[in-house]
Amino acid sequence: MKRFLLGRIAQTVPVLWATVTIAFVLIRLAPGGPFTDERNYTAESIQRLNAHYGLDDPVPVQYVRYLGRLLHGDLGPSFKYANRTVNEIIADTFPVSLQLGALALLFALAMGIPAGIVAALKPHSAWDNAVMTLALLGISMPSFVLGPLLVMFFSLRLGWLPASGWESWPDRVLPALTLGAVYAAYIARMSRAGMLEILPMDFVRTARAKGLGAAAVIVRHVLKPGMIPVVSFLGPATAGLVTGSFVVETLFHVPGMGSMFVVGAFNRDYSLVLGMVVFYSAVISIFNLGVDVALGAMDPRMRSHRRI
Amino acid sequence: MTLQPARTPPRLWHRFRRHRAAIAGLAVLGLISSASVFAPAFAPYPPDAQNLELGAAAPSTEHLLGTDVLGRDLLSRLLHGGRISLAVGVCGTLVSLIIGVGYGALSGYTGGRLDDIMMRVVDVLYALPFAVLVIVLMVVFGRNLVLMFVAIGAVEWLTMARIVRGQVLAIRQEPYVKAAQVLGFSHARILFLHVLPNVIGPVVVYTTLTVPRVILLEAFISFLGLGVQPPMSSWGLLIREGAETMDSFPWLMVFPGAELALALFALNFVGDGLRDALDPRFAGKT
Amino acid sequence: MRPDEWRGPLALACTLCAAVLSAGCGSRERPVDAASRQGVLLLGNLSEPKDLDPHVITGVSEFNIVSALLEGLVAEGPQDLAPEPGAAESWSVSDDGTVYTFTLRQNGLWSNGDPVTSADFMFSFRRMLSPELGSPYAYMLFGAKNAEAYHKGSITNFADVGFEAPDSRTVRITLNAPIPYFLSLLAHHSWFPVHQPTIRAHGAETTIGTAWTKPGSFVGNGPFVLKTWEPGNRIEVEVNDSYWDRARVKLNAIKFYPIGDHKIEERAFLAGQLHVTGTVPLDRISYYSSTRPELLRLNPYLGVYYYLFNVTKPPLNDVRVRRALSMSVNRGQIVRYVTKGGEDPAFCFTPPGAGKYSSSARLDEDAAGARALLASAGYPGGTNFPRIALLYNNSDAHARIAQSLRQMWTTQLGIDVELVNMEWKVYLDQTQSLKYDIARAGWIGDYADPNTFLDMWVTGGGNNRTGWSNRQYDILVSQAAAEPNTEERTRRFQQAEAILLEESPVMPIYFYRSKSLVHQSVRGWYSTILDRHPYKHVYLTPGG
Repeated sequence: MKRFLLGRIAQTVPVLWATVTIAFVLIRLAPGGPFTDERNYTAESIQRLNAHYGLDDPVPVQYVRYLGRLLHGDLGPSFKYANRTVNEIIADTFPVSLQLGALALLFALAMGIPAGIVAALKPHSAWDNAVMTLALLGISMPSFVLGPLLVMFFSLRLGWLPASGWESWPDRVLPALTLGAVYAAYIARMSRAGMLEILPMDFVRTARAKGLGAAAVIVRHVLKPGMIPVVSFLGPATAGLVTGSFVVETLFHVPGMGSMFVVGAFNRDYSLVLGMVVFYSAVISIFNLGVDVALGAMDPRMRSHRRI
Repeated sequence: MTLQPARTPPRLWHRFRRHRAAIAGLAVLGLISSASVFAPAFAPYPPDAQNLELGAAAPSTEHLLGTDVLGRDLLSRLLHGGRISLAVGVCGTLVSLIIGVGYGALSGYTGGRLDDIMMRVVDVLYALPFAVLVIVLMVVFGRNLVLMFVAIGAVEWLTMARIVRGQVLAIRQEPYVKAAQVLGFSHARILFLHVLPNVIGPVVVYTTLTVPRVILLEAFISFLGLGVQPPMSSWGLLIREGAETMDSFPWLMVFPGAELALALFALNFVGDGLRDALDPRFAGKT
Repeated sequence: MRPDEWRGPLALACTLCAAVLSAGCGSRERPVDAASRQGVLLLGNLSEPKDLDPHVITGVSEFNIVSALLEGLVAEGPQDLAPEPGAAESWSVSDDGTVYTFTLRQNGLWSNGDPVTSADFMFSFRRMLSPELGSPYAYMLFGAKNAEAYHKGSITNFADVGFEAPDSRTVRITLNAPIPYFLSLLAHHSWFPVHQPTIRAHGAETTIGTAWTKPGSFVGNGPFVLKTWEPGNRIEVEVNDSYWDRARVKLNAIKFYPIGDHKIEERAFLAGQLHVTGTVPLDRISYYSSTRPELLRLNPYLGVYYYLFNVTKPPLNDVRVRRALSMSVNRGQIVRYVTKGGEDPAFCFTPPGAGKYSSSARLDEDAAGARALLASAGYPGGTNFPRIALLYNNSDAHARIAQSLRQMWTTQLGIDVELVNMEWKVYLDQTQSLKYDIARAGWIGDYADPNTFLDMWVTGGGNNRTGWSNRQYDILVSQAAAEPNTEERTRRFQQAEAILLEESPVMPIYFYRSKSLVHQSVRGWYSTILDRHPYKHVYLTPGG
């Protein structure tokens, strides 16, 4: 197990490198630079700025320098937000996104898994139909529709919760609900599907035949293998959740990473985008590793490597 | 449950036909798509005919679903927009389905080092900045709809691949797969005939989940300049525009949203029927 | 397994959700009401500032904050932005209008207690003009003698530039030629002073992006001091007790919220979280004007919305084609049914309110004339007209206008243009490198004078993204800049603008309005042509 973990952690190095390299090339290919503005900067101004940020060197030199700095954990200055470094921006925004993402995930799991299980136990029952209809509604309602609806109802009509902002606890409720809703719907449908795969299996019948109580059969035998698709889905989903959602952060004026990342791409804030990509890539790797470990624990058959 | 070769198409249809909701779903989907494909014949107005003085008007006998802010008939725009959205929904999902299932199955079935490498490639692709990717695609190759499918396919297959891999990892240890291996069947045959049919449930569900994502993703891509350009439209764009004005003109959000939801419900029933028809373990039931 | 065995966890989840929801319930005092009581102004500020260094910033959102923190030699009156004493208590002008002598006030202090001296201004002007800093707004100081030469590096001795400090309380500025709007110019952030020791403490004085602009470091001479800066969330400034006019400042603090999405800002306002919004969603204007007119402010704003023609490419290199396109647009319809914010249709380029100037020439709208022009250019009824593209950056408002134009051209001229919507930087790149046919654009004046609208179209001008060049136009604009006589100056600008309209490298559509929702407790918030609201005159009446 230890060797497996170490091996996987070692694998993140080439992953990070490949991600950074591709992203580096991509963002340089995009037209317009960080200092392309509605009002033309003079050629001299652009030259000064490029020199200041080292953008006047040949691109390969910049690339090597970037990797060198990266090794020291230095993500460089932001080009757009002149007095802040990318490290500072991530340090400011990640905790916000993490908090929002964790709340949304909690909500999604708390709603999605029980709903999916209940639905799977009595397929095509009224329960099932109700839950799955709700889930489908959740899926077909994008967050940029759901969010405003929640705001109109809870903030503007009832006046219970703030419409936007990120200062006190009530501020967290609506963004977390909006962000979590679609994931709850996904999880409900995927856990239902996963359970339905397992329930007809021979070992489940055997367990029932042995006289185990219905609940015991589910908890001991069905739940773990039945959740495999949900867990596979959760790796990337969680990584996406905790690193922020552009739409939800914009809808509720939440100062998180997701909106920074997209706005950074629009601003051609090269160092900000690259820094976020590095960070995001690391988070993805960690969560996918976590998922693989979890899958192995849930079902020994799932171990891709013998040596776990 | 033991060795279960895939069913031949006629039996498949036979089994599918017994699923009433699925048939209804198929009928609704057929209706929606033919209304869109033959939009020029059905649409009461040209989709780009403006009436600025009229502006956004609530549904009336003249304009059944109302008009948008430039006074264009929403029903006509919805019908025409469906052509793009259905094409994107079908093609984008198919691309992600084929790549995702093939890649995930190969990765999971082989396991070991190849699995590691393939999954790390997925990790790399997850982390790339999508907006930048779309902008670069557009600038390097120019604007066209095929590119949009490429962009969508490039992101949407990743999660599918991870899900399929997870399922296949579990199934490849099943006795019937081991048995097939002992019998000396080729890996391709085992993968296609014995492994894949048994992951069909989650695949069908995730596929039906992918369709709305793809349709809405198209709106974002169009926003970046790669996809559909005004005065053309799509469901995704109409919903997006509707959400922009939902405080003032709710019908502009409700009708496109309702049509998308209707299509998804229908699709979902079809998916259920398909899964029941394809999945070997539901052989004796229904 | 019965479903009811799972009702337990489900019920638990529901209870939790209900508990979370009810935590935020109850009849709370709305944030605006609490803030009005405490004298705190809550402002929507549209975008996150990229910096707060007055010599680096370029945007309106940045100015809105910096103008609370710093004060130039001259401040602005609350109603008409007329020059009034700021850091300088008085000034005199030489008879020929080229030498301004300012006397700094004795009690002018920085927020750390240091006196504001003429040396501070000398330092600031030098920093603003230094080639090393490369400030994009350095040209705002070019009216001063030799300032341009110093910025371009052709002279290196700052003593040769028209800025002098005969003693610690006197600032003397010598201009190349009289500038009628010079005093108003001084309220622009490029003329603001900065605190030399603070900047030096955080790095070289010409390094951009040092930490001197962060809370705790920032030292200013304005009515407010920087208290907190939570990026992407809000910036808070509180009253500066060492400000010379402290007695007049009634607000205790201002919070700036960078909410970029207009609908979300509006909902924050409706939920009682903002006193003033940065704008109003365009589809909501009719709602407010009919049901809540007391909240809505639509004021003339010194800006023009227009389209660029790329005159280097056929068919738009033909002035007849450009004029035909411009003449067949119904601007009245666009402002009435599309932009809907009370904008005025633009029949010339310089908006009203640019000093006392108004254009003597006027564009005409004449569909029949447009068809005749197009026919004489070789495209009768639009036949054989090449397929051209209309470029705009992605936004709902731009898309609507573009689609309306397309329709007008199709019906009036029989031509079909392709709409191309691009992400912002791609759009900028393509307009700057003339890779377009027709493109949308907008321009907000830097100061209330026609020069800020007309000098951009001179040959090779940095913002002249049309490829258009006219020798006579160039001469007229440069003559106007050096012309001491006001009437003569106006006449030359009018002649220049007539050429611009005749040649039509640009197609004005409408003149901007600033749009905002203002809570009824806000007082001293007036309509101004530059949409500036000097905060020391603003106050709140709780319960108003």
